[in-house]
Amino acid sequence: MTMSVLYDAPGPRTRRITWATSAVATTAILAAGWLLVIEPLRRQGQFTAAKWGPIIDPSDKFFPLLWNRLGQGLSATLEAAVLAMTASALCGTGLALLLVQLKSLARRRYSGMSKPVTLGLRALTWLLTGVTRAMVEVFRGVPSVITIFFVGRGLPEFGVKFDDTLWYLVIGLTIYNSVVIAEILRSGMEGLPPGQREAAASLGLSASQTNRMILFPQAVRIMLPALISQLVVVLKDTSLGFIISYEELLNVAKTATQVLSNPIQMYFLVGLIYLTVNYSLSRLAGYTQRRLARSRRAIPAVDVVPALPGAESRAGTGP
Amino acid sequence: MNVLVDRFGLFASGFWLTLQLCLLAAAGALLIGTLVAVLRISPVPPLRALGTGYVTVFRNIPLTVVLFFTAFGLPALGSSARFLAIPGLDLLFPRLGIDLPYFRFALLGLSLYTGAFVCEALRSGINAVPTGQAEAARALGLTFTQNLRHVILPQARRYAVVPLGSVIVAMIKNSALAGFFGVVGDLSQTAESLVSAEGLPLIPVFVGISIGYLIMTIPLGLALDTVERRR
Repeated sequence: MTMSVLYDAPGPRTRRITWATSAVATTAILAAGWLLVIEPLRRQGQFTAAKWGPIIDPSDKFFPLLWNRLGQGLSATLEAAVLAMTASALCGTGLALLLVQLKSLARRRYSGMSKPVTLGLRALTWLLTGVTRAMVEVFRGVPSVITIFFVGRGLPEFGVKFDDTLWYLVIGLTIYNSVVIAEILRSGMEGLPPGQREAAASLGLSASQTNRMILFPQAVRIMLPALISQLVVVLKDTSLGFIISYEELLNVAKTATQVLSNPIQMYFLVGLIYLTVNYSLSRLAGYTQRRLARSRRAIPAVDVVPALPGAESRAGTGP
Repeated sequence: MNVLVDRFGLFASGFWLTLQLCLLAAAGALLIGTLVAVLRISPVPPLRALGTGYVTVFRNIPLTVVLFFTAFGLPALGSSARFLAIPGLDLLFPRLGIDLPYFRFALLGLSLYTGAFVCEALRSGINAVPTGQAEAARALGLTFTQNLRHVILPQARRYAVVPLGSVIVAMIKNSALAGFFGVVGDLSQTAESLVSAEGLPLIPVFVGISIGYLIMTIPLGLALDTVERRR
């Protein structure tokens, strides 16, 4: 529903009222912004060259060093994000196929085999289903911060050591996000019309062939918006790397504030960088989505928006 | 595993503090989100722009940055968010009133951040109401406010429950960040201090902390699944 349905196209009187309210509202917003944000900041001396110089003034002695470090931080962030995205997409796909496969195995009766073998196979299926479901529920319900923290602390203790903390971050992010991606794909595959599965079965495809070749590609296309927002979440979540002291953008900025003592300016800058990167990513995703929708009638053009980390688990059922 | 039994009190108090933070932040986020949603559907362009700007900013920056702002930026401005120590409420939630401001900072950051997502959940609820409803109401001559109040919002509320619930579940998980921003004694900070300071074995601590979060997230998730399936 478009918002314009809520009110008529304005006539001359309403237009005048809207103009007047707009003028008042703009004045009020600007005044409030000035009085509540700019003025207190100015009184605290937050607009001085000492605070902003290292960020915007190329002749400042910290300027080259700071931007050099921020560049390194940004590339570290992007590196972790790309690795974690790829790994989560791959593991998520595998896990989704496993979940759906186990579900179709649970329906199988193994006729023609001896009784104990049948029972054994079915018990094994149930066991595997239970274990994977429990894993999914646990890792979906535990905050990714906690997962990353315990991966960073736990793996070295169990003898899995990396020289670079990057890998702990990537593993932690992958554990959480592959579970979420698997759930998105699974609900996409289960939400398809039953005729798809039945037609595949009547063509003689096995359960695993049906899942891989018929259901999965369609689920990916239907769930594309949810999948892409999840990738934006991964990018945002790389900022959790500071917990295991991975030198990403935010951590670099944090270290810099200890020398320059300008937290407000520095975090403003970092926020701006994240905003730019994430906003362009979601715009790009939206563009891809619309292109795909144009070439294939099947996908409705849904706005691709950055999602709240963890809020997508139920994005499943309605495309 | 006897860490779980020995330190049960610590885990329980961590759970209680996280629950307090989540309840307060949920209330704050709902308040902010509703306000921003009202801004975003209002017929006045500057207000709409303000709402859209708010949502775009908070949806595209990580919560970590927001919390850095509140936890390190606000003190640099000489503020300790005392205005959150609402009289009466601070008796129920003593952390609101204490001198150490980090609970208030975390609450503020979490509410501001989640508010943007609450606004989008509400808007998606409004968008889910079939266009014909609003058109019929317009055709009957209802005004903008009457239309919203009697036709759109009662239906939108039903559609918004599930997305809102997902946002709250996500917020509970996000609240874990608070423990890394100076809030003492919540679940994640308990985990950190048990592992780092006391050097307790990791797995039992992880199990205990996870149970704490899962008690909140799983039942809520199941309830939402049920609501969704019933529709």
